[in-house]
Amino acid sequence: MKSRLTYRADFWVEVISDLLFQATNFIFILVIFMHTDSLGGWNQNEVVFVYGFFMVPFGVFSCFVNLWGFSERYIVKGEMDRILTRPAHNLFQIFLENVDPPALMGSFIGIIIMAISGSNLGLPFEWWTIPALIILTLSAVAIYTGIYTTLTSLSFYSDAPTGILPLMYNIQTYGRYPVTIYNRAIQVLLTWIIPFAFVGVYPAALFLQREEMTNLALLTPVVGAIFLGIGLLAWSYGVRRYKGAGS
Amino acid sequence: MDFIRIRFLTMLAYRINYYSGILIYSLNIGVNYFTWMAIYGNGDSLGGFTATQMTSYVAVSWMARAFYFNNLDREISTDIRDGSIAIQFIRPYNYVLVKMMQGLGEGMFRFLLFMIPGMAIAMLLFPVQLPTAPSAWAGFLVMLFFSFLINSQINIITGLSAFFVENNEGMMRMKRVIVDLFSGLIVPISLFPDWLSSILKVLPFQAITYLPGSVFTGRVQGVGIWNVLGIQIVWFLALLIPIVWLYHAARQRLFVQGG
Repeated sequence: MKSRLTYRADFWVEVISDLLFQATNFIFILVIFMHTDSLGGWNQNEVVFVYGFFMVPFGVFSCFVNLWGFSERYIVKGEMDRILTRPAHNLFQIFLENVDPPALMGSFIGIIIMAISGSNLGLPFEWWTIPALIILTLSAVAIYTGIYTTLTSLSFYSDAPTGILPLMYNIQTYGRYPVTIYNRAIQVLLTWIIPFAFVGVYPAALFLQREEMTNLALLTPVVGAIFLGIGLLAWSYGVRRYKGAGS
Repeated sequence: MDFIRIRFLTMLAYRINYYSGILIYSLNIGVNYFTWMAIYGNGDSLGGFTATQMTSYVAVSWMARAFYFNNLDREISTDIRDGSIAIQFIRPYNYVLVKMMQGLGEGMFRFLLFMIPGMAIAMLLFPVQLPTAPSAWAGFLVMLFFSFLINSQINIITGLSAFFVENNEGMMRMKRVIVDLFSGLIVPISLFPDWLSSILKVLPFQAITYLPGSVFTGRVQGVGIWNVLGIQIVWFLALLIPIVWLYHAARQRLFVQGG
């Protein structure tokens, strides 16, 4: 953590590149609404609000759970052996070694976006707004962690540096749009198989008072627990199969 | 030539990546298709695209991405950071050219085993309309090749910059996002607000996805096709200049560091 902050220039480059990534998605939403008034019955402020919510758990996830390059660094270069000789839980150690504070900036901006679009929509601020925000954020982070841990633990089985993670990166952004515009198969996929809809549109619908999605929004913590469980199981199974790097 | 072949065979070895790749690209096309259909609603035309043209545009540009996409930037900056570039530079062939060939091997693999089956799946699922004239196909293949060249050139420039910037991770990420958005993969350039699209017209990115996609969906026809090809060739030549310069500067710098 401290060693990261010593490279001050890097820190800012990363913050800027993160923001640029978010900005491009934002441009997409703005461009869409230059050509239409509603997207599947959702107006611009609502879609922007969903995007703002999506940024919050995503920032927290990117900060604390960073599995990029796991296979190159820990398996190919053999650092996994070093991790396994220590008493603390191995996955926890890996998370700690890769904490990435600049990513949190995205969460703050997400909150600001939610506040602005929320007040444009005249959303009421209830006593449960903040607790619900915290619980849903944590559940969404659990979903991300579960999915990415599962995928990363594939690298225990296959020698190939998995190229699935970067591909997944595109998919996760699709959970931000009102999923009802997609056809059934894609909806089911984004809801139950790779539940990225639970990190964006469903929980945000709770605050937007979209009644058709309230039930799904309340399910978010359950889905989070299930997918985190799958991730941890896949991981510990993978670690048991792990035999160390070649030498 | 051997470099093309070896990379082709290496790619063949990573089968999990291959299957999951096809699935995920189909999903990308699907999601984009439904998003655009929701945007169209009852409208007939957006930014000069009819709904059918938009469907074909989405399918073609994602499939083209499958061909031109590569990670040369990451490979080059890894070579630079772990120092193995020093050995590569001594070898009796041009480093940049080798990387380009390896990229082409990867591209050919993706073209044959990825783009063609992927396109078949997309045509089954969505109302994609492809041109029937053989000349359109020939033109598209040539343009696709230039898309690959230009995208790889941008990757090489980003990769070589690792010589001069301590950590170019952020640059690589920025480049990826910029290329996807400004090449017209996510939103066709004609839908951007005027001020933005006029800026994009003088940048190289549109030559990667937007221009070939426009030709293939029949939005640009006749003389326009030669214009598109001309723009691509100009950018290909223009991007050679920074590469040659960076390459020489990099050799010089390596010499200084290595003593």
